[in-house]
Amino acid sequence: MISASSKSFDAAPMIESGPDDDSLLRVSLGPQHPSTHGVFRMNVVLDGETVVSLKPVFGYLHRNHEKIAEGITYLSSMPYTDRLDYICPLSNNWAYAHAVEKLAGLEVPERAQYLRVILAELTRLINHTAFAGFILGDMGAWGSALMYAFRERELILDLFEDLTGARMMANFMRFGGCRNDLPDGWAAQVSRLVDDYGPFLDEMEKLLVGNEILLARTQGIGSLSKETLVNGGISGPMLRAAGVNYDIRKVDPYGIYERFDFRIPLGATGDCYDRIMIRFLEMRESLKILQQALAQLPEGPVIDPKARIRNFKPPVGESYARIEGPKGELGFHLISDGTTKPYRYRIRPPSFINLTLIEDMCLGLDLADVVVILGSVDIVLGEVDR
Amino acid sequence: MEIDSMLEDDMKSQGVHVTSFEQLINWGRSSSLWPLQFGLACCAIEMIAATMAKYDMARFGAEVFRPSPRQADLMIVAGTVTKKMAPQVVRLYNQMAEPKYVIAMGACAISGGPFKEGYNVLKGIDRFIPVDVVIPGCPPRPEALLDGLLTLRAQIAKEKLMGSHRARHADPLGTAAFPVPECGAHDLEPTSNREIWHPLPVLREVEGVEA
Repeated sequence: MISASSKSFDAAPMIESGPDDDSLLRVSLGPQHPSTHGVFRMNVVLDGETVVSLKPVFGYLHRNHEKIAEGITYLSSMPYTDRLDYICPLSNNWAYAHAVEKLAGLEVPERAQYLRVILAELTRLINHTAFAGFILGDMGAWGSALMYAFRERELILDLFEDLTGARMMANFMRFGGCRNDLPDGWAAQVSRLVDDYGPFLDEMEKLLVGNEILLARTQGIGSLSKETLVNGGISGPMLRAAGVNYDIRKVDPYGIYERFDFRIPLGATGDCYDRIMIRFLEMRESLKILQQALAQLPEGPVIDPKARIRNFKPPVGESYARIEGPKGELGFHLISDGTTKPYRYRIRPPSFINLTLIEDMCLGLDLADVVVILGSVDIVLGEVDR
Repeated sequence: MEIDSMLEDDMKSQGVHVTSFEQLINWGRSSSLWPLQFGLACCAIEMIAATMAKYDMARFGAEVFRPSPRQADLMIVAGTVTKKMAPQVVRLYNQMAEPKYVIAMGACAISGGPFKEGYNVLKGIDRFIPVDVVIPGCPPRPEALLDGLLTLRAQIAKEKLMGSHRARHADPLGTAAFPVPECGAHDLEPTSNREIWHPLPVLREVEGVEA
C-alpha cells in the first residue's frame, strides 16, 4: 500500500513526491480521521506547522452511481440519488426529477411544486443546521453544538418519516410530481416547526456569533478572491460568502421559486466565519419561503395523472437541469437514446467541485486550520466520490 | 462455571454478591463498549444520530467514540466499503486491541447493498474481518443500531473465557490480525479471506445433470 506500485489501482502513495526537503513533515490526513466528513484523505506537507502542499485523494467512497444508473431504468435511479448527498436526499430527488422532466417534457402539478419547495427548504434547514454542529466539532467543541443541531434535525426527520415513510432515504419525488399526498395535519405540523425554528436559530447564533474561540479560529481563515472562486466553478454558500450574488433560485429560477419573496444573503470576505454565518442567514430566508409556501399550498393532484411509471421512455435527446442544493449547484446531465435506460447519466456535484480549491485555501496556514476549512466547504463524500 | 442459584440468593440476602470472574469480566466488557469513531457513508449519519439527543447511546455505555483504533473495542462498519477502502478498514481492525467486536451496520457493509453491482464495491466486510452482529437496513434506524448494540452485549455476556468453546480473543492461539488485502490490477488480492469467510455453496439446477 505504501509503495506506488504500477499494478495498483490505489495509485495514491502515502508519501507523495513533493518538495524534497528533509526538514518537511509529510502527513496523511485520513481516510479515517476524527472529523465527520467521511473517508476523504489529504496528503499534507508541513514545514513546522505550516502547510506547504496539500494534495487531496478521492475515491474511497466511489460506489459507481453513474455506471449503475446507466444500466437501470430512469425511475430505478431515484433511490440512488437519495444516497448521493445523504444529508439532504430530497433536494437530490428534485434535481434528478427536474432533469428527467426537462428531457421528457413533463408538467408538474401546482400542489407538487409547492410540496417540492417545502421539502427542499426543509432539507436546506437540515443541512445547514447539521453543518453548524459539524464545524464546531471540527474546532474541538465535539458534542454540544452537534447535540442541539441533531435535536432539531430529528424534528424535521419525523416530518419526513410521516410523509415519505423513511427518515433519510425518502425516494419521494417522481417524474411529473411526488409519490403521495400529505398525511392529515402534516402541513400544520410543518408550520409549527417553522414557527419554532426561529427561536432555535436565535439560540444557536447566541452560542456562536460572539464566541471568542470561534472568531479566533475562523476569521480571516481560508478566504479566496472572487475571481478564483468563480473561475474554480465554486457555487452555493461558499461562493456567496465571498460576496458573489449567484443563487440558482434567482438567476435561473426552477420550480416556482420566482413566486416567493426572499433575499440572497451575501458575505463580505469569504472566510470561514462568513461561511458559517451565511448559512444561518440562509436558514432565515428558508423559513420565509416555507411560511409563504405553506400559506399558499393549493389543493389538487400531487402527480401528473398522465405520467407513466412503467415503460417510461423519454424521447431521444439530452438535458441538463440544475437546482440550488444546500451545498451549491446540483446538476444532472442526461442523454437519452429513446430506451428505458439513460445512455449517459452524469452528476454535477457541488461538494466535489467546491472541494477542488482546498489546496489554495490552506496554503500557508496551520494544520489545525485545514480541518476547519474542510468543514467550512461542507462536503459529503457520497456526493464527492459518487 | 455456573454458580448455585440457591447459594447466590442466600448470600445476596446477606448483602454479599457472589459471581464468577467470567461473569464479572463479561459484565465489565459489555457495559462499556468504546466504538471507533469511523463512518464510511450514509449509515454514519444514523450512527451519529444514535449518539445524539433523541436516541442517546450513552444509556448503554457506548457513547465514548474514540478517534484512534488503539483505544476502541467496537468497530461499527457504517456504510459502503469500497475496494479502495477495504484495506484501510482491515488495517484499522488489526490496530484495535483485543477484545474487539465488529458490527456490520446496513446493507452495504453486509453485502454491498444497493451498490452491490458496482465494480468498486466490496460485497460484504465479512469477507475480510469477522463480524459479530449484522444490522439490516438502508440505512438502519438508530433504534436498530441500539438493538444491535444490545445484541452484542448479550453475546459478550455469554462469552466463555476458558475451555474449548472460549472466545476468539481468549484463545492464546487465536489471531488478532487478519491479512490486509492489496489493491490488484482488477480486484482486491485476495478477493476474500477464506479462513473466516464461508459462503454457502451456490446450488444450481442444470438440466440433465444430477446435483
